Amino acid sequence: MSDKLVIGGKEIDSRLFVGTGKFSSNRLIPEVIKSCGAKVVTVAVRRIDFNSAEENMLNYIPKDCILMPNTSGARNAEEAVRIARLARAAGCGNWIKIEVISDNKYLLPDNIETIKATEILAKEGFVVLPYMNPDLSAARRLKEAGAAAVMPLGAPIGTNKGLKTKELVRIMAKEIDLPVIVDAGLGKPSEAAESMEIGAAAVLVNTAIASAGDPVLMAKAFALAVEAGRAAYLSGTGAISEYAEASSPLTGFLND
Amino acid sequence: MSFYEKYLNYRDFDFDGFLGAVKDEDILRILGKEDLDETDFLTLFSDKAQKHLEEMARKASRLTVQHFGKVIFLFTPLYLSNFCENHCVYCGFNSCSGVSRKKLTLEEVESEAKAIYAAGHRHILILTGESRVQSPPEYMMECVKILKRYFNSVSIEVYPLSTDEYKKLVNAGVDGFTMFQEVYNEKTYALMHPKGPKHNYLNRLDAPERACMASMRSVGIGALLGLDKVENEAFFTGIHAKYLQDKYPDVEISVSLPRIRPSAGHFAPKFEVSDKKLVQIMLALRLFMPRAGITISTREKADFRDNLIGLGVTKMSAGSSTEVGGYTLPQKTEGQFDISDSRSVEEIKQMLCQKGWQPVLKDWQAI
Repeated sequence: MSDKLVIGGKEIDSRLFVGTGKFSSNRLIPEVIKSCGAKVVTVAVRRIDFNSAEENMLNYIPKDCILMPNTSGARNAEEAVRIARLARAAGCGNWIKIEVISDNKYLLPDNIETIKATEILAKEGFVVLPYMNPDLSAARRLKEAGAAAVMPLGAPIGTNKGLKTKELVRIMAKEIDLPVIVDAGLGKPSEAAESMEIGAAAVLVNTAIASAGDPVLMAKAFALAVEAGRAAYLSGTGAISEYAEASSPLTGFLND
Repeated sequence: MSFYEKYLNYRDFDFDGFLGAVKDEDILRILGKEDLDETDFLTLFSDKAQKHLEEMARKASRLTVQHFGKVIFLFTPLYLSNFCENHCVYCGFNSCSGVSRKKLTLEEVESEAKAIYAAGHRHILILTGESRVQSPPEYMMECVKILKRYFNSVSIEVYPLSTDEYKKLVNAGVDGFTMFQEVYNEKTYALMHPKGPKHNYLNRLDAPERACMASMRSVGIGALLGLDKVENEAFFTGIHAKYLQDKYPDVEISVSLPRIRPSAGHFAPKFEVSDKKLVQIMLALRLFMPRAGITISTREKADFRDNLIGLGVTKMSAGSSTEVGGYTLPQKTEGQFDISDSRSVEEIKQMLCQKGWQPVLKDWQAI
């Protein structure tokens, strides 16, 4: 059975997307990508030094990966749109992860501004992947606005707290006819597997890998967990029973 | 509401009595909490907390890596002018200090910019003394126009301006603001700033809030540690930062922890700030505000700065000069304060890489 993830017309071989923000050295990025096989890599436009060959972190991203620049630092739709245009003009391709955050305490995204930015950028031909608070209505609006996928958070970004929004993400994955990618908050591979089991199309991980003792090995662990979770989702997990199954059925005397 | 109201809540508080009554259990309880309140924060400045410095350090280190990654942002100051009408008794640029005065011409600003850019910097902090005659906002804007051609981020550390003036600077491309209250204790403030426009305590205290209102992207504050009781001053700095972050959640709030340094004025600080105390303050701040930026400048010695990495610091100045014209001009002024870490940007980058940390020179893109 074919199980391909397709976003923006591109077939993507790995359901683990990775972030690049918090590594001790950019040199770790290619090693991490190699070890986990990620094909989609997000980079904050604010960090890319387009004028410096040596410091430009784009040089560390393998050419066969899809670059997904993100609008980190945008406080409203207008800023996100400007950052996205700047990224495309600088040769970063037409994928964009919209990140609109006007709350520096929890770094929770602003769904309303995110919808506005998605609308504008989708019309301009971007493949738009918005980062969002898990909310079914907002996800529907994002779909109408032209999003190529939606990326609800599992927990506040950088917290490694796990899939705290499980029920909301599960409902979104069931109802929204777009890939639902759990972005932010996942701290352990088991939580990535859990996200995939409930129907997420992919997960995006940065902090949990970058802050691990051995980021390269942790990246691999996440890749394996994502694969396991996806397989579990596809195979249909067995029903969970509240009681032990009686070997002599209680209703066995009812003969049709 | 102004932060002044919060200040008044604590102005007559018995800090010594409170800190003296702290017990080990208090520290352990606080170390187990996820969200610290103001009382918890203050508790961490106690002598008792010094016994638990290692546990505090472990938690602060974990939080720093979690929220910022193994990353240190680098920047450098550019002094535009040292003309000043103030009489800050601790400052080398004090209007009575007799230092030579200079204001960069726009051509000189450009040559300084080129040199700083060539050294690798992409974020710059511009400073002036307080003189509306010599360095009015219009002059700053002219300078910003030039600097924007070279730098991705331009921040200001200048005398207090009005909200409208901050807005104009934001529109000109300034995205960061720094202002030290110097000392929160109002009485000491009056003694330290006996004359000149800086004598106005409230005007300075409310300036960071005006910068927030003007949509400045990042706002940094600090107290000059050593001018008054360190614990009290660090506490006021922290709750000032928290006040701003709560009220202006879209602004990135950061805190600097400058210890007073010998300057051209030869001022001897009345309150000593030991290395241990400075570390304690930094750790308490990180536990209280896990996402706040923390800046340590070249006022501190190289080996001490190196040891702070991983404990909470997120921003460091590098390859800095506190002289007007200090990067390129043959005739420069005296520095505002002595620099203790004179390593170049390249040397700081190497040191960070060796410690397993990434130096980040660009963390903003002008849009």
